[in-house]
Amino acid sequence: MALIELKDMYKKFPMGKNEFTALKEINLEFEKGEFAGLVGPSGSGKTTMLNILGSLDTPSEGSARVLDNNIGDLSGKAAAQLRKKHMGFIFQTYNLLPVYTVYENIEFPLLILKMSREERKKKVADALDWVGLTDKKKSRPAQLSGGESQRVAVARAIVKRPDLVLADEPTANLDDENAYNVLEMMVKLNEELNTTFIFATHDHKVIKYLKRKINLIDGKITEDMADLPGVKG
Amino acid sequence: MMKFLLKGLLRDRSRSLFRMLMVAAGVFIAVFMHGWMEGALTDLIDTNARFNEGHVKIMTRAYREQKDQVPNDLALLETGELLKNLNKMRADMFWVPRIKFGGLLDIPDENRETLEQGPVTGLGIDFDKEEEILKIKRAVVKGSLPDDKGEILIAKNLAEKLKVDTGDTATFIGSTMNGAMTVYNFKVSGLVEFGIVAMDKGTVLARISDMREILNMPGGASEAYGFSKDMFYADEDMAALSAKFNKKYSDEKDEFSPVMEPLSAQPGMGYYIDMGEFMAAIIMSVFIFAMAIVLWNAGLMDGIRRYGEIGVRLAMGESKHGIYVRMLTESVAIAVVGSVIGTLLGLAATYYMQEVGLNIEFAVQDSSMAISNIMRAKVTPLTYVVGFIPGVFASVIGTMFAGIGIYRRNTAQLFSELDR
Repeated sequence: MALIELKDMYKKFPMGKNEFTALKEINLEFEKGEFAGLVGPSGSGKTTMLNILGSLDTPSEGSARVLDNNIGDLSGKAAAQLRKKHMGFIFQTYNLLPVYTVYENIEFPLLILKMSREERKKKVADALDWVGLTDKKKSRPAQLSGGESQRVAVARAIVKRPDLVLADEPTANLDDENAYNVLEMMVKLNEELNTTFIFATHDHKVIKYLKRKINLIDGKITEDMADLPGVKG
Repeated sequence: MMKFLLKGLLRDRSRSLFRMLMVAAGVFIAVFMHGWMEGALTDLIDTNARFNEGHVKIMTRAYREQKDQVPNDLALLETGELLKNLNKMRADMFWVPRIKFGGLLDIPDENRETLEQGPVTGLGIDFDKEEEILKIKRAVVKGSLPDDKGEILIAKNLAEKLKVDTGDTATFIGSTMNGAMTVYNFKVSGLVEFGIVAMDKGTVLARISDMREILNMPGGASEAYGFSKDMFYADEDMAALSAKFNKKYSDEKDEFSPVMEPLSAQPGMGYYIDMGEFMAAIIMSVFIFAMAIVLWNAGLMDGIRRYGEIGVRLAMGESKHGIYVRMLTESVAIAVVGSVIGTLLGLAATYYMQEVGLNIEFAVQDSSMAISNIMRAKVTPLTYVVGFIPGVFASVIGTMFAGIGIYRRNTAQLFSELDR
C-alpha cells in the first residue's frame, strides 16, 4: 500500500464572492523511501499540496490518504497526533527556537513524544552525528551559519525517524555550497534511513537531486517524472 | 517538557524577567496601597475608639439624642453598678467611665488677676485604667501624671497659648450638671502632646473623681466605654454585644436608661469603615483590571514575538490545547515569582511607612475628628497575600485572552507563515 494516495483531489479557497482553485484533479501516489519534489513556479500550488500532505490543511474535494489516514476526516487533535508521530518538517527559514541550544532544538520533537531521557539522548546524538554538528551541540541558533541552521532543522525533522519529511524550499536561503551540503546530507538520510522526503521547490539545486519530479502549473500536475537518477549522496 | 520550557523561559528575558518585573511592580503598588489604606483606616478607627467613642459606648437614651452638645445634665449616674454588670457581661473587655466637659481655663498672675484665658474641652478619666488606652505616659512631654487631687494635664499647645507651665495654677470655670456655675483651681502637673490635632488643640485631662466633685456628678459619667483587650475593633461582635446589652438594660420608655452603641454607629464612623472596605475593594478591582490589560497586552506582544515558535510547535504536532495550557503554566510561574518579589518589596515599603509615617498635620489641623498627625501604613496578615490576587489573576487572565489567538491560528497557513 502506498504511503500517500491522492485521488481526484481539489483544493479551493474562497476569494470574496468567488472561489480560487489552488489544486485541481490531483491523482498521485508516493511510496516509502521516495525522494520526490513538487516543482513549479510561485502560486502553482506546491505549498498548498504540502500543507495537505502534512495534515495542516484538508482537501476541498476528493481524498488524501496519508499513512492510512484520510486527511479530510481527521480532527485537529488527530491531525496533530499524525504529525507528532510520523512527520518531520523543514522550512525555508529554518525556524529554530532561538533560546535553545542546537541539542535542545533537536530534542524538542522527542519531548513532545514524551520519550525517556536516555532514549532522547541517544537519538539526538545520532541526529547530530548524521548532520555533522556534534561539536556545535551547545551553540545557539544565532551562533550558526545559514547552512548549519538548516542542518539543525533537518536533524530536528528526522530525529524521531519519521515516515515522511516535508520540506518547503529548504535551500532558498542558502548559498550554493551550503545548499549542496544540506542536499547531500538529505540524500544520505533518505538512503540510510529510508525516510520519504517530499520537497516543494523551484530551486534547480534541489531539482537535480530529486529522484521523482512532479511539475505543477496553476494547481494541475503537468508532468510526473519518476526513476530519475538524482545526484548520488 | 516543563523543565525544557522553564529553561526557555529563564533564558528569554523579555518573556521572563521583564514580565516578572511588570507583575512585581503592579503587586508592589497593590500591596503598598493596601497597607496604606489599611493603616489609614485602622488608625482612624483606633484613634477615634481610644479618644472619642470606645469600641462600644454607653450613655443614657436622652444623652444620646443630644450627644454632640455633651449634655452632662443627662449623664449616667451611679455608674458603679453599671460597670459591674458590664464586667460580668464581658469580662474580656476593659470598661471605663469618662466625663466630657467644656469651660474656660483662667490663668491668674501673681495678684490673682486674669493673665490669660481660653476655652477648653476636657476629659475626666481614671488615669490608672486609661493609661494603656490613651497612652498618656508616652504623651507627657513635661511634668508628670496627676498624683494628687486637683492636678491636671494640659495640651502643650494650649499651655503655650495660655502661657502656663507645670506647677502653675489654672482656674476652671464651668457649670455643674445641674446648670450651676462652678469654679475650681487646678494645679498643672504636666503637659501632653498626643499627635492628634483634635486632642492637642485645647484639651485638659483631669481625674474623674475630681470632675465628679466639681461638676456635681456623684458616681456619674458622661459616657462609659468598652474596649476589647487586644484593642482590635470587631464590628460584628460589638454590634451583637450592643444588641444584647440594650435588650437587657435599655428601656425605650425610660430616657435615663442606658443604651450601648458600637463604634460603627457613631456619626461618620460607619461611613468611614464601609468606605474604607469599599475603597480597598475598588483599588483591588482596578488593579486587577488594569494589570490584566497590561499583561494581556504583554501576552499579545509575546504571542507575536513567539509566532514562529508556536507555529513550529503546531507543525511538530503539539496540540493547540497543550500549547495554551503550557503558556498558562508559564504565566502562573512568572506571576507567582513576580508576586513574591512585588509582595516583599511592598511589605518593605509598607513596613517603612508603618514605622516612619507621613506627616499630614497641615491637612488635618482644622479637623474635629480624632486623626493622627502622622499617617502610617499598616502591615496586616492580609498584606502578605493581597498582592497575589492581582498578580496571579491578572497574569493568568491576560495570558488567557492573549492565548486565544493560538486556537484561532489556521494551521493551513503554517508553511506560508513560517517561510516568511
